[in-house]
Amino acid sequence: MQCLSKLLLAAVAMAAVPAAMAAERAYPNVGKPLAQAEIQRFDRMIGPEGKELPVGHGTVKEGAELFVKRCEVCHGKTGRNGIVRRLMVGKPGEPYKGSFYGQEMNGPSYYPYPTITWDYINRAMPASNPGTLTPNEVYALTAYIYYENGIIKENDVMDEKTLLKVQMPNKDGFVPAKPVYPPDPKWPSWY
Amino acid sequence: MDAKTPSRRRFLTQTAAVAGVAAGAGLVAKDMPAKAQGQVQSTHVFDELPRRGARYTIDHMTHYTPLQDYAGIITPAALHFMQQHSSELPEINADEHTLTIHGMVDRPLEFTMEDLKRLPSVARVHFVECHANSSPAIHDADDPNMGLPVQYIHGMASCSEWAGVPLSVLLKEAGVKSGGTWMVNEGGDPGKFSHTLPMQKAMDDCFVAYNQNGEPLRREQGYPIRLIVPGWEGPFNVKYLRHLKVVDQPYMTWNESMNHSVPRNDLGGKSRWYHYQWAVKSVITRPSAGLEVRRGYNQITGLAWSGAGRITKVEISADGGKNYREAKIQGPVHSKAHTRFTFDWDWNGQEAMIQSRATDETGDVQLSIAELSQHWAIPIGDWKKLDKPRAIHMTAIQPWKVNRDGSLRDAMFV
Repeated sequence: MQCLSKLLLAAVAMAAVPAAMAAERAYPNVGKPLAQAEIQRFDRMIGPEGKELPVGHGTVKEGAELFVKRCEVCHGKTGRNGIVRRLMVGKPGEPYKGSFYGQEMNGPSYYPYPTITWDYINRAMPASNPGTLTPNEVYALTAYIYYENGIIKENDVMDEKTLLKVQMPNKDGFVPAKPVYPPDPKWPSWY
Repeated sequence: MDAKTPSRRRFLTQTAAVAGVAAGAGLVAKDMPAKAQGQVQSTHVFDELPRRGARYTIDHMTHYTPLQDYAGIITPAALHFMQQHSSELPEINADEHTLTIHGMVDRPLEFTMEDLKRLPSVARVHFVECHANSSPAIHDADDPNMGLPVQYIHGMASCSEWAGVPLSVLLKEAGVKSGGTWMVNEGGDPGKFSHTLPMQKAMDDCFVAYNQNGEPLRREQGYPIRLIVPGWEGPFNVKYLRHLKVVDQPYMTWNESMNHSVPRNDLGGKSRWYHYQWAVKSVITRPSAGLEVRRGYNQITGLAWSGAGRITKVEISADGGKNYREAKIQGPVHSKAHTRFTFDWDWNGQEAMIQSRATDETGDVQLSIAELSQHWAIPIGDWKKLDKPRAIHMTAIQPWKVNRDGSLRDAMFV
């Protein structure tokens, strides 16, 4: 028994060796370390849990005013009649809950997580000058777009906490429900 | 700074002037509109721009590879397809460009272009293909700027020798923490195109490419660096690569959760998302719609490829799929790469339906449109309705109808 535990200890020690070796850099002269402060300057990636969301807030009314100034030129009045695909599928008070087969998908009514709108506006909009909106402006635009899609109420305020509580009408509209890798080996290649 | 590259205006002017012309230099284009035929005659000029098909919209720029015009398996860089989600190409100063790795790593790192070229490199031949290539919606494009049908239907697939640093080298330098099972990769373009990648694939065969076919990347291919994710759908291959963040779950960027998912009838209207590798696929590139055959000998040639590995067999049918005979694989055969096939064919002057069917090393066999229709529960009449099936990830066998006068036309949906 004692013998066995010694063997086990030895096995654990041996298993630990490659891990320790992996911790060393193979090419320590190449590239430079990045400090946390530098990372914070460029890291804008927002995951579905919203852990990285910055502090801020915005109202539907603020968003509506901003939309006219910064978004209407491409997205059209209330995001419905622009030169790019419409942003709104639902209506205020009436979220779209049907299938998207044969429907335009270009709008938050389709998105599975409330963070996607925020992240995409923050990273890529307005297309003519991306990255120029403040967090408050992004929260306000998100609030307006969610209201126009019937997803939130007119007086709801979006901030780093309330955004995460928004119930997306199509959140169960995806297969598989949670993305997996590797895919199920039973799925044929066309699946 | 690549300030010496043509300005956006010059780029567009040049392209507009000559891209109209479509491709198919020196070919008789029987089914093409008269205007296009006239222009096709003028493509004998030695210039890369007239050969590629082009379409520009308010928020997209697309180039189509002239599949009908090239032999072998390598697409010249200038003719590689492009699907740019913006109205202009980013101008990036390579001297200042860096690649960062952060998130769930032991040592966040930043690499300059010089750093990347100092590290061990690989060079591999791989296809890259837009997830929307071969879409049913484009069969009726009928735009002479976009070239011949095989070009605009299937020409968002190209194949090059890419060279760069394995992603595994960079990730090991940074030290991936336990639980770092995914990564999300961001471009340095103004819209910061971003896409999630599973760590297992990243460590397997992905690399950060700085060269294509022996030269530094071109601007439209992501200069100065892009990701190559062999065999997987186009959007994974992030261009202008800037930031790699190691994370513990798919990051649901707009592109992957919205733009690249597909509502499907067979899933009760729910959407299939997180597609990864391309299934086996092939197309006869010559003769194809818009070209013509003559009575007697005609070589049939085309390309086959699969995201799962090597192509092992290509078969040709001249009767719409009733009978198939094996084609010759010309070689070289690379994994996850275009593979050239040829087939000796005598045309007897009668109507025919020529099509190719490929098999890959996993035994997967390319499907017909009828089989795909059945699997995805899409009535055959729905295929071409824009936004109806929104069929991306298309791999169906492409039939070309040979008419009695020797002309060929697209017969996917007839």
